[in-house]
Amino acid sequence: MSAVDLSAVPPRRMRTSQSVITRVVIYGLLIFFAMIYLVPLIVMVMTSLKPLDEVTGGNMFALPKSPSFASWIRAWGEASIGVSDTAGISGYFMNSIKMVVPAVLISTLLGALNGYVLTKWRFPGHKLVFGMMLFACFIPFQSVIIPMAVILGLLGRIGNQLIDATGVSFGFGNPTVNLVLCHVVYGLGFTTLFFRNYYEAFPTELVKAAMIDGADFFQIFRRVLLPNSMPIIIVTVIYQFTNIWNDFLFGSTFAAGDQSPMTVALNNLVNTSTGVVEYNVNMAAAIIAAAPTLFVYVVAGRYFVRGLMAGAVKG
Amino acid sequence: MVFLEIKRLRKRFGTLEVLKGIDLSLEKGGFLVLIGPSGCGKSTLLGTIAGLESISAGEIRIEGQQINDLHPSKRDIAMVFQSYALYPNMTVAENMAFGMEMRGVPKAEREKAVAEVAKTLQLEHLLKRRPSQLSGGQRQRVAMGRALVRKPRVFLFDEPLSNLDAKLRVDMRVEIKRLHQRTGATIVYVTHDQIEAMTLATQIAVLKDGELQEPRDRRETAPAGGAAGCPHQRLRSGRYQVSN
Repeated sequence: MSAVDLSAVPPRRMRTSQSVITRVVIYGLLIFFAMIYLVPLIVMVMTSLKPLDEVTGGNMFALPKSPSFASWIRAWGEASIGVSDTAGISGYFMNSIKMVVPAVLISTLLGALNGYVLTKWRFPGHKLVFGMMLFACFIPFQSVIIPMAVILGLLGRIGNQLIDATGVSFGFGNPTVNLVLCHVVYGLGFTTLFFRNYYEAFPTELVKAAMIDGADFFQIFRRVLLPNSMPIIIVTVIYQFTNIWNDFLFGSTFAAGDQSPMTVALNNLVNTSTGVVEYNVNMAAAIIAAAPTLFVYVVAGRYFVRGLMAGAVKG
Repeated sequence: MVFLEIKRLRKRFGTLEVLKGIDLSLEKGGFLVLIGPSGCGKSTLLGTIAGLESISAGEIRIEGQQINDLHPSKRDIAMVFQSYALYPNMTVAENMAFGMEMRGVPKAEREKAVAEVAKTLQLEHLLKRRPSQLSGGQRQRVAMGRALVRKPRVFLFDEPLSNLDAKLRVDMRVEIKRLHQRTGATIVYVTHDQIEAMTLATQIAVLKDGELQEPRDRRETAPAGGAAGCPHQRLRSGRYQVSN
């Protein structure tokens, strides 16, 4: 009898109605803030699909009357970028790809190697070395520009001498190679930090077992460590890709004209002071410039949080 | 005939001396259990035999050959770790064959050796699985299989059963003993469990504070060094006289 009384309806109904209200509030807030984040993107996409007179004459939030990709095509292949002869951003987009892919791969690999040595092959003073690498994370871009320019100038002179001697520069003085070098050096502190912390929690017994099995330094790294580092590799790749792709300062300082990366070209396109401002083309170019990082997040994003949490809790 | 011989072995970490002159010898086919309280240096001693820890003084010989400065892979030993240390990215078969692969053994030969050991340990149906898909006892058996497949001169076990539940621990203990009797392998085994020591060993060494308490026959080991006993025993030195 009492069981029936206890499970009688009123208190439970109150609880459900309460939880419905909570749900509504939670989802309402989530949708509200999601909208705030999405509005700029929506406006960008809509503007890029409108012809110019509709942009300048109409409402920013009005839907395009006849959506067309004309301005995307213009941005990609026809728009004039600053004072350069190259039309469209396609060439600069490729510049960025050529810079970002090697820079990400090299800095990630070196970071993994550093992390491996700093945790599994400790040497006297390893803490000091790690401390100094950590320090590299706190150095702002701006403060390394002048020293970096001096070094790159030296490399450029070596390149010129090589051209005089052999006819080939071997990449010395090439702006893309220079930018790769800048980003690898600058990124090393971060990638080392990521991998060191991950490998700190990596069972040392596996390394010992591999040693007994006869694997050497690099075999252990390649066959045992790396295949078990997927979460942290993904975190590092996303982090490095985003940073290097979005970098403007190094790109605008150490590369010029046709050799500039995407971010610099976008700036030159948008900040042009001659003629009419083609907002629709600018928007299309900006979306294209943001697309690769967006793509990386969508593909690998779910590993990102997982990887950041890895090692935080045992198991 | 002395098979494994350790003479005046010392190990220092900076100023801290962890092993203070260990002398040990083990016959071929012997089963030596190192027992002692935690922090007594027994795992370090095992590490020095494996070559994972360098030694500060003394020597280690297997079959008369001095192995002090040999790389772990060249000592012809195999080790079973407490955490099993199976490579998570490889299947059971790949785990067992990894050592042979590193030594450049041809694939056909590797597969044959793995199949043979898998049969002995009843692992055949698990060969394609990864360690994460195995139970604790199965992982333990794979770890032993990986050691067996090398056909080493000495097996080293570092608290291999302490991650298993009570029942499985007893089962695996029996299995290890059987394996020892069947293969006639020479084994050094570290544990802090007296029952394991008593049931498995042909010879027991009690370690305390980096020093060896006299190795004894297993019937009289329990109170040695005051390190053993369940519940813990307090020892007092004394004398007794038989009066007429």
